Amino acid sequence: MPAIKAAILGTGNIGSDLMFKLLRQPGSLELALFAGIDPASHGLARARQLGVAASDRGIDAILEAPDIRIVFDATSARAHVRHAAALAAAGKIAIDLTPAARGPYVVPPANLGSHLDQPNVNLITCGGQATIPLVHAVARVAPVRYAEIVSTVGSLSAGPGTRQNIDEFTFTTARGLEAIGGARAAKAIIILNPADPPILMRNTVYVLSEGDFDEAAVTQSIERVASEVRAYVPGYRLKGEPAYDTIKTADGLRRTITLLLEVEGAGDYLPKYAGNLDIMTASAWRVGQAFAERLLETVPLRP
Amino acid sequence: MKPPRITDSSLRDGSHPMRHQFTVEQVSAVARALDEAGVPVIEVSHGDGLGGSSIQYGFSLVSEMDLIAAAREACARAKIAVLLLPGVGTRAELREAVKRGAGVVRIATQCTEADVSEQHFGLAKELGLEAIGFLMMAHMRPPEVLAEQALLMQGYGADCVYVVDSAGAMLPADAAARVAGLRRVLRCGVGFHAHNNLGVAIGNSIAALEAGADQIDGCLRGLGAGSGNAPTELLAAVLDKMDLNPGLDVFKLCDAAEYVLAPMMPFQPIPNRDAISIGYAGVYSTFLLHARRAGERFGLDSREILVELGRRKAMAGQEDWILDVAQDLARLKGDKTKRLI
Repeated sequence: MPAIKAAILGTGNIGSDLMFKLLRQPGSLELALFAGIDPASHGLARARQLGVAASDRGIDAILEAPDIRIVFDATSARAHVRHAAALAAAGKIAIDLTPAARGPYVVPPANLGSHLDQPNVNLITCGGQATIPLVHAVARVAPVRYAEIVSTVGSLSAGPGTRQNIDEFTFTTARGLEAIGGARAAKAIIILNPADPPILMRNTVYVLSEGDFDEAAVTQSIERVASEVRAYVPGYRLKGEPAYDTIKTADGLRRTITLLLEVEGAGDYLPKYAGNLDIMTASAWRVGQAFAERLLETVPLRP
Repeated sequence: MKPPRITDSSLRDGSHPMRHQFTVEQVSAVARALDEAGVPVIEVSHGDGLGGSSIQYGFSLVSEMDLIAAAREACARAKIAVLLLPGVGTRAELREAVKRGAGVVRIATQCTEADVSEQHFGLAKELGLEAIGFLMMAHMRPPEVLAEQALLMQGYGADCVYVVDSAGAMLPADAAARVAGLRRVLRCGVGFHAHNNLGVAIGNSIAALEAGADQIDGCLRGLGAGSGNAPTELLAAVLDKMDLNPGLDVFKLCDAAEYVLAPMMPFQPIPNRDAISIGYAGVYSTFLLHARRAGERFGLDSREILVELGRRKAMAGQEDWILDVAQDLARLKGDKTKRLI
């Protein structure tokens, strides 16, 4: 099967989990290079053991490989700002797993197809990838005045990047709920829970609708979107039925929908409780496949 | 022992039993009375800290920024403090609160997650604020773990780190051991914030003082989450009797509690059946009203919900787990759920 060559930049937990996903299920992608900047990193050693070409020369190694068309960046927001410019100049597509947001936001069930002509797309946050599909599912049936999400993750699955930039998680997730989820206004809350054994990633989605709506239509839309996410995140599970309520707000009584969501990881490399990390790498995988399929359609392969 | 500094949190922790419905007039009256009685620091924010107005925690009737400004205006001497929980509120709200008159920020994290607060301490110091760390749900970890976390906050610039008994689950020996653990390793101050779910808020505060605490919290009439906090007026009387009164006017505080605050309270927090369960199970005190509502909705005893939340090790701010637990328990019972409308 023809495939598009791809590279992973960043050899930490996220990069390593994505490597396992691409090896297990390559689809239209061929993992041609795994690159980082720390020669002593466990990730590089692991890649070599698995027979994946690996380099400790970071972005330079990728820029020297003209046949690599798609680059997954799992480094940091600061590094990605630099990488984004270099990759764009080299004509490579960047799928950004950092909060740098140089390109438009992508959440597969909501807008996967709309940015396939862009040189750079951003995956928002783990909380965004988990909850924006559900807000989008409501918004396409019943206009959403306000969406609020609470993501609870096990302490062990929150790395230093999240911890040092927790404000950015809340801003970026809220902007994603508005821009892609379709909410007029949004708020995001993140809670770290240190319980041992670690909890699975949990999300609560509260939606305040503009007016009245058809509950059956909303439930059906939510279930359809959840099954679309499950196609690339098998451990994505709604807990119970959507809960419909009416609450008092500053501008009168408003109908609300409350959704409880659990995300269990696939356990490709990271432990299963880290559903928050799994949904990032799984979404990156899904977006990468879409770009690769588009490239295969539009660029005839030389024999 | 030296007299502790007292922070009154009636206008922040008290926001929980008030269901976040404080008005500008109420806040002005309480702040003025506290200031006149010599309370040096008055905390004003949504109960869950800046940015807490939400479906998860309850919407504020009046913007907390307006309440902060009202308190600032009402006080001649007292500093206005705000609470900030990283993950709920952000630096943006802190900047705004400072513009409206806040001079102290208390930055609260789960007692194991101090490293999420670095950027907030950084901004607080940049803005010239007094910055205090708040290690919530501190009963869940031993003194050594809390001390490590407190050292992180000290490293980020904290002027003081509090042991926060968010669940009101500690007994005096627990409070003393944790405060002493921090006192041993910190150069900065140590504080203690009590809840009265097991009826020992004042006793725990005294134990904390004896173990070296520099700062203690109270709320008039104990108005706070769960069965409330150490009553400020009672704390003042006890400190006076211990010869440790930091300059509080005991009679004026008793009058403030009786004639200013009590008339606006929707109920007097006491260690009742739900609050005792919270202290006993070790869950976040603000779950009280949320669990009671979920109990009514699903036909459950709210105590069962609270005990199950304790078993699942719910942390501070996890109000959304209450619905989840209630649904699970109701399903187990095979009850049909009732609509709240």
